[in-house]
Amino acid sequence: MWIYEKKLQYPAWVEGCDLKIAKLLFAQYGGPDSELSAGLRYLSQRYSMPIPEAKAVLTDIGTEELAHWEIIATLIYKIIDNATPEELVRAGMGPNYVQHGRDVYPADAAGVPWTASYIQAIEDPIANLHEDLAAEQKARTVYEHLIQCTNDRGVIATLSFLREREIVHFQRFGETLRLVQEYLDRKKCY
Amino acid sequence: MDIGRDRLDMLMQLMALEFTAVEWNLYLDTHPYDQEALALHNENIEALNCVKDAYEMNFGPITHEVASPCPWQWIQDPWPWEIDYKRGL
Repeated sequence: MWIYEKKLQYPAWVEGCDLKIAKLLFAQYGGPDSELSAGLRYLSQRYSMPIPEAKAVLTDIGTEELAHWEIIATLIYKIIDNATPEELVRAGMGPNYVQHGRDVYPADAAGVPWTASYIQAIEDPIANLHEDLAAEQKARTVYEHLIQCTNDRGVIATLSFLREREIVHFQRFGETLRLVQEYLDRKKCY
Repeated sequence: MDIGRDRLDMLMQLMALEFTAVEWNLYLDTHPYDQEALALHNENIEALNCVKDAYEMNFGPITHEVASPCPWQWIQDPWPWEIDYKRGL
């Protein structure tokens, strides 16, 4: 069960209309290490988790990723909302405009549509959690690359918040991995 | 969309409290016996509920689970992605 809350997790804002960063932001909207991949990965993996802590962490972080997905869409929307077709073409967003208008379609920065083959769920909690730890690190790196590509203070502030969340999630997944390992070790003793 | 200073101030306060709730949620998931954290979480929830009630009474619903006068208040603009948050930044 989910319920929509009529607010963002972070007050996503943009200073100007940096259309080039709007195009690049799609990396975190519909790319391999995007918020969408993260959310669907964790929410797909939670069913086989062996301890309550792990079921909770995957449910809660998976849910938070969807809130981050909304923040990325908000940044893109705010930047492209008032852009003319000519401006979008000049910024390299012509193909996106022709195929999707100004809707925020889940594709990566190069226009490649999102696919479930970016993610895995393989029942083994140790394997799943290692993938999740890697995913958080990769997403952190993408945020650092994005921050290097713009001077817009609003975009940088918002991306910095999201980058910090990757680090917190990595920490929580690390603790979860340790708890699952301890649980599996205890099981072996019986 | 500019929603005015009073509404934006209260919305930002609500967002900060909700974010604090998310942080305690994740921390407590892996530290369920941390009594100090639980006390701080419980304190935050009280403050959060207080601000949420005040916001909903003054400016409109945060979720659809509130009683509404006619017409149905939930559909009113602005939606979160339309709000201009940058005042004062």
